[in-house]
Amino acid sequence: MRQSRHEAESDMTASIDGERSAAASRTAWRMAGRIGFYTLTCLIAAFFAIPLLWLISAPFDASPTYAVDFPEFTLANFATILANPYALPSLLNSVILAIGTAAFVVIGAALAAYALSRVRIPGRDALLYLLLLLSSVVTGTAAMVPLFLLVSEIGSAIHPMLGIDSHFAVMLVMSSGLLPAAIFMLKDFVDGIPPSYEESARVFGASPFRVLKDIVVPLITPGLATITVWTVVNVWGNFLVPFILLRDADRQPAAVLMRTLYTEAGQPNLALLATFSLLYSLPVVLMYLFVSKRYGFRFHGGIKS
Amino acid sequence: MTPMPSPPDEPPTVGPADRAGAIADVAPPQRGRRTATDVVGLGTARAVWFVAPAMLLIGIFLLFPALWTLYIGSTNFERTGPNHVNPEFTGIDNYTSVLSDPSFYNSLWVTLLFVVFSAVFGQNGLGFWLAWSLRRVDRRVRRTVETLVLLAWILPSSVVAFLWIAMLDRHGGTVNMLLDMPGTAWLVDYPLASIIIFNIWRGTAFSMMLYSAALSSVPPSHLETAQLAGATGAQTLRDVVFPHIRGHVLTNTLLITLWTFNDFSPFLITAGGPGDRTEVAAVYLYNTAIRDGDLGYSGAISLLILVANVVMALTYLRMLRKRSAT
Repeated sequence: MRQSRHEAESDMTASIDGERSAAASRTAWRMAGRIGFYTLTCLIAAFFAIPLLWLISAPFDASPTYAVDFPEFTLANFATILANPYALPSLLNSVILAIGTAAFVVIGAALAAYALSRVRIPGRDALLYLLLLLSSVVTGTAAMVPLFLLVSEIGSAIHPMLGIDSHFAVMLVMSSGLLPAAIFMLKDFVDGIPPSYEESARVFGASPFRVLKDIVVPLITPGLATITVWTVVNVWGNFLVPFILLRDADRQPAAVLMRTLYTEAGQPNLALLATFSLLYSLPVVLMYLFVSKRYGFRFHGGIKS
Repeated sequence: MTPMPSPPDEPPTVGPADRAGAIADVAPPQRGRRTATDVVGLGTARAVWFVAPAMLLIGIFLLFPALWTLYIGSTNFERTGPNHVNPEFTGIDNYTSVLSDPSFYNSLWVTLLFVVFSAVFGQNGLGFWLAWSLRRVDRRVRRTVETLVLLAWILPSSVVAFLWIAMLDRHGGTVNMLLDMPGTAWLVDYPLASIIIFNIWRGTAFSMMLYSAALSSVPPSHLETAQLAGATGAQTLRDVVFPHIRGHVLTNTLLITLWTFNDFSPFLITAGGPGDRTEVAAVYLYNTAIRDGDLGYSGAISLLILVANVVMALTYLRMLRKRSAT
């Protein structure tokens, strides 16, 4: 009896111990899980950060190599940009292409989006469906061959401005690629504006043109700004279209020159590559910061074509 | 766990539509927001003129090239030489020779591996993991990681391509330094794996953002209930989260598949090489059309790519329609 009681007691303590140790091991597991989770997060953050480090360190390094190391600080590398006859002109070409394309896209999309949103044009829904389909199907890749031929054969035959080596032709090609998505984004925007503003302006006798200029344009300005930034970022980074349609090195934008700088024969000039990369990337980063600060980096489906 | 009723799985967007909704609450309900109301008195004729410039550009530079590909692909057109001056109509010859060309099947296989591993598994998985795990961490940590992921996405492709070339360099590259494997030529020995990992790095941002928006549509009360019921993380994901975001998973997978399939950036890193080991569809097309000048033949390849795009896009649009119908 006594014996068994003792046994029972020891059993009880054992089971309490067991529970304690189970709880301890659960906490330990949770801790381990936590540590594992943060380690994994750090690794993934590192995976995204490491390729970018070179872009920050190398431009200021007195003797840049492929490796990332703490730079021996200098600004002398930026002089290589001035020394290269193509570097600054290529950035200017990028600016020209971006502004020209943005003008086409913003004007074309604003007119079309407003009319498609407010007026029931016959066949509107079919048109919108076709636009959505075209914009995702006819990509630069898929249309590489016909676009090259369209510009080099037909365009050149009509006028040099529509042929190879023409900025104007590149602008037309790029804006038509961006227009369908731009029309959709803006149409969504106009759909969200109640027509009562325009209505009351009309009641007070303003002409349609006046209403558009004084009521509609100010209302959709944030939408226009979004489209502009989106277009500029797309054109700024676009490689394929100018690569195919611009052969003359004097007319190529930074995207194409960048590749020339690292594929041309001989030892690549790392000081030039690093500083040029940074200078060429900076506008995109600034625009991203501007947009995310001003409007919050809102999610638009298919923002990147 | 019983499946929970799922509300329409649209991500809540704080956008113009919401603002209009707020105003509509105050103002007496007028016409539906969706119906077109020509309040300005534009008139159909003028409206057509408004739409015309954009349609003209799209017609010439998107629609016409797509249709023209049909014709180009059935000629023996070349960039130079006699076939440039007088191309002949060859019917379906190009298509039959493309379909019996080993380099076409090589490209098909490489593209398949590239798309499946970098987009379907890589970007999809990592994007979801980031969106899911960053919900609860400290705001500053979250912002930092998100900014890094987004930077990889927004920087110009020729810059990021060079950053990867530098990082993977045989002699001084950061990867060899970190892994202590000096002399490993990643782009020569493991070219396809390199561009797959590059593309995961490059494109995960989109999936991350889409899934972040999607996850905010999962009611927090459902998650709490799951937690109280003692569900493990995997069970919560399967039974509570997934039913809410099923549509988003499909949308995302389809979109990133379409984009990765048409992606030209591998060209900037490997140009299809060494040999043809990274010749994805876009690079294969460039190499036959512009480098080799075989335009008729590559017109046939173009058409095959267009057809594949049409199939993916139609599936996508059909899904969108089904979702907006429910």
